[in-house]
Amino acid sequence: MDFFRQHILSIIAFWPLLGMFVLFFINKENKSTIRWWANFVGIVGFLISLPLWFWFDREAADQMQFVENVPWIQTLGANYHVGIDGISLLLVLLTTLMGPLAILSSWTAIESRLKEYYAFMLMLQAGMLGVFISLDFFLFYVFWEVMLVPMYFLIGVWGGPRKLYAAIKFFLYTLVGSVLLLLGILALYFIYPGIAAQHPEITAAFGAGNTFDILAFQAMGAFLPANFQWWVFLAFFIGFAIKVPMFPFHTWLPDAHVEAPTAGSVILAAVLLKMGTYGFLRFSLPILPDGTKQFVPLMITLSIIAIIYGALVAMMQPDMKKLVAYSSVSHMGFVTLGMFALNPNGLNGSVIQQINHGISTGALFLIVGIIYERRHTREISQLGGLSNVMPIYAIVFLIMTMSSIGLPLLNGFIGEFTIMMGALQENLWWAVAAGSGIILGAAYMLWLYQRTMFGRIENPANEKLLDLNLRELATLVPLIIMAFWIGLYPAPFFKALDKPVNKIVAKVRPDYFQGAPRLNARAGEQR
Amino acid sequence: MGQFFQMQDLAVITPELELLAFGIALLLGDLVVEQKRKLGLVALVGIAVSGAFLVRLRNVEFSAYGGLFVLDHFSIFFKLIFLIAAALSIAISLKYLDIERENHGEYYALILFATLGMMFMAGAVDLVTLYISLETMAISTYILVGFLRSNQRSNEASMKYFLLGAFSSGILLYGMSLLYGLSGSTKFADIAEALSQRSPNDPISLLAMITLSAGMFFKIAAVPFHQWTPDAYEGAPTSITAYMSVAVKAASFAMMLRVFMVAIYPLRPHWVAILAAVSVITMTVGNIAAITQSNVKRLLAYSSISHAGYILIGFIAGNDTGLTAVPLYLLIYTFTNLGAWAVIVALRRRDVIGEHIDEMSGLFFRHPAAAILMLIFLLSLAGIPPTAGFIAKYYLFAAAIQTGHNVLAVIAVLNAAISIYFYLRIVVAMFMRDATEKTGLTYSPGILTALGVAFVFTMLIGIYPDPFIAMARQAALLAF
Repeated sequence: MDFFRQHILSIIAFWPLLGMFVLFFINKENKSTIRWWANFVGIVGFLISLPLWFWFDREAADQMQFVENVPWIQTLGANYHVGIDGISLLLVLLTTLMGPLAILSSWTAIESRLKEYYAFMLMLQAGMLGVFISLDFFLFYVFWEVMLVPMYFLIGVWGGPRKLYAAIKFFLYTLVGSVLLLLGILALYFIYPGIAAQHPEITAAFGAGNTFDILAFQAMGAFLPANFQWWVFLAFFIGFAIKVPMFPFHTWLPDAHVEAPTAGSVILAAVLLKMGTYGFLRFSLPILPDGTKQFVPLMITLSIIAIIYGALVAMMQPDMKKLVAYSSVSHMGFVTLGMFALNPNGLNGSVIQQINHGISTGALFLIVGIIYERRHTREISQLGGLSNVMPIYAIVFLIMTMSSIGLPLLNGFIGEFTIMMGALQENLWWAVAAGSGIILGAAYMLWLYQRTMFGRIENPANEKLLDLNLRELATLVPLIIMAFWIGLYPAPFFKALDKPVNKIVAKVRPDYFQGAPRLNARAGEQR
Repeated sequence: MGQFFQMQDLAVITPELELLAFGIALLLGDLVVEQKRKLGLVALVGIAVSGAFLVRLRNVEFSAYGGLFVLDHFSIFFKLIFLIAAALSIAISLKYLDIERENHGEYYALILFATLGMMFMAGAVDLVTLYISLETMAISTYILVGFLRSNQRSNEASMKYFLLGAFSSGILLYGMSLLYGLSGSTKFADIAEALSQRSPNDPISLLAMITLSAGMFFKIAAVPFHQWTPDAYEGAPTSITAYMSVAVKAASFAMMLRVFMVAIYPLRPHWVAILAAVSVITMTVGNIAAITQSNVKRLLAYSSISHAGYILIGFIAGNDTGLTAVPLYLLIYTFTNLGAWAVIVALRRRDVIGEHIDEMSGLFFRHPAAAILMLIFLLSLAGIPPTAGFIAKYYLFAAAIQTGHNVLAVIAVLNAAISIYFYLRIVVAMFMRDATEKTGLTYSPGILTALGVAFVFTMLIGIYPDPFIAMARQAALLAF
């Protein structure tokens, strides 16, 4: 047990990889064994991650916990250094929850090349978990890139008609962002010894030599020259903004989502996009506080454009999946808006909203996938009146629609409300813009619901549709529970977030806790 | 200077002498041995013995023959690369030459002679030694490129390669003669000394540098001196293409490192500017041209051009990191690229040429292991972790950032990102298209061994690069 507790993060991250290797030895004709094994790996992966929730010390949520630090490439100063704070705790659990659900949802949807499919799903899972637990930039980058390959295959092999185009677009976009991110990392890596030499407290804590330690970089953040920070922030911005995706880097997202198989879309929306926002939170803000402040006007502008533009485009989509994909752009706009309000409310809401978006958009993609499996179309005009034949489906869809548009009692409300508070605290107009996004969001989601679920069945193909079976329900019930839990009693989540968020705010805005509540949007020019 | 010849001098070149002996033995053995494949195995033994001699000399640093030829960590590192490349190339040739019906003993002898030339190139610190060893390598490769004597493409490739190679050697010689005229010596150290005493903008020194660089650019296939590469690579027997793309390239870079970092080091400000421009053009043109290729050999030829562009960054950075990056990159590239070529060699069967990208369609369904290995090699070429290719690229980019060549670094990483596009075209064919009746491979023990070795090192260097970085660093630091 002690061993388990000391290495729990590595075990969680590498367990899917182990499952993948075992999968190689199962005969590819033996389809049900492959399915059962993959689901088993996924569910065990979730179960072994549950102790994190109980063992995590929320009183020290801003400290890295469950830390493992082993030298890896000593000539470079790269270590195998993992650990989680409150923010990564939630994202790790979100990943271990969504992974098995996505795997379960593929039971009948994927019929061809099962073995490779599940192998790539498990590899993807390992890569994503690795990203959220890494405390070493080199390690982080390796995981960050590793998951491109399985996602590429998931879209490219099991995707829709334009899968090849969507897959290569996904790969190229994210790779361009990643390599620029790498240059930013290198710039930090090479400036570190110089900064450490001037500040004995950094040397004492992290050594004088070259390091990729993220905590060391965070410690030197305050001493980096502003001009340097601007450039590194730019490199990080491109890397992370493509992943989020922020306007105008979002164009790969609708393609990838529409072409990807359901499980791929679920993982993409629920977890992959969070890696971009996580990157901002973990790296850009604490390491580059000045750079962050200089970029605030741009980031807020892009977020607001994403919120409104994403919502407007979503409204006009004839394809359900594309609609949900664009709603992602809009919702992620909220996440970045809250984040760059740079106050505790905004950041808290931003992280909670990431979890919420994972839950509700993940569920919406599952819901779209279920109807697609039955009807082989996602055209809204082909559907209509489904609540008559699929009552349970209609109820689940309704709950998730409400969650997505931020109805009180459900999770979306908590996130959006907190983000609005954060935005309002800084600037009335930010909140107004965000509010209009919520209204538009309600409009397109309710309209979608109305067009697909209500009314009479006009298309004969819809008359004999089967309602949800147990397996499909099993993929959705956990998400419904989560939606209500966060909506009704979010305190345990906020408890995990408060301290790490305050720590970030204290780093970016040292004056915040000394009574300077408003962010000066022109901080960059004051230099 | 001391005595010109000592007995130790002979000891220093034992690996080369041994290789030469095996080469001659192969030529003679060709007359009596019927099964030519056995000669290939003999050549492999020769390489192994030579490698063993080399390892025995690993801690020796010695300037032999009155300073014409040195043995140091730099040359040993590169000689190891040449031997590995030669061994793997012979391993993939054994079956392939039977299929092409061109299995002759001199093939193996010529590979050994070319390798011999390279080994002298790596240790040459004198213009004459350098030039003679360069030509030993080049002439052997000209013949090897045209080795499919009944194949027109091969003959044409050989002719083109020979003409352009001879032309570039001429330009190189022109630069060398100017350097000799300026310094009165053929030794690199003396040349550096003489150059540093001239005014930095001396037109004659610059002319020498420019002609020398142009000759070198031909050898490493840098744009705009790259046109021979796709034709030669496409026409040559695939096993020789594999050999050229790693060994000849590594040897040319070894020569270039010595010349640029020692002989014409005083002119560094000037050649850095030239190399920066050439590096940017080379990687960009190589990548963009590769995108449109549908012949896999040509595609990898253009990809190898772009890799030369990346490697030049190490010269431009010129610091410890940069100089470590060059040998490290070449070592990693040797394993990765030979692995990829081994798959392409295996595509060749009696009735199938196996060069068009469509002929790789659905390879995964017929030969999943080969397709997965090819995927790993391609990802490594593109520099995706956790493969070795990432470590190689990482080192180069790090060198560029460390020395403040930020714009160059940005261009290089964007190029690396673009390159994934054409590597993925092969992946798409292998994994996402259905198999055709042409899809298939011929495995042979040699190819399997080569694939295994390439795979193990591609992953090992990617996951645990420490010892390899240490070796490369030692090679780079003590060379000068």
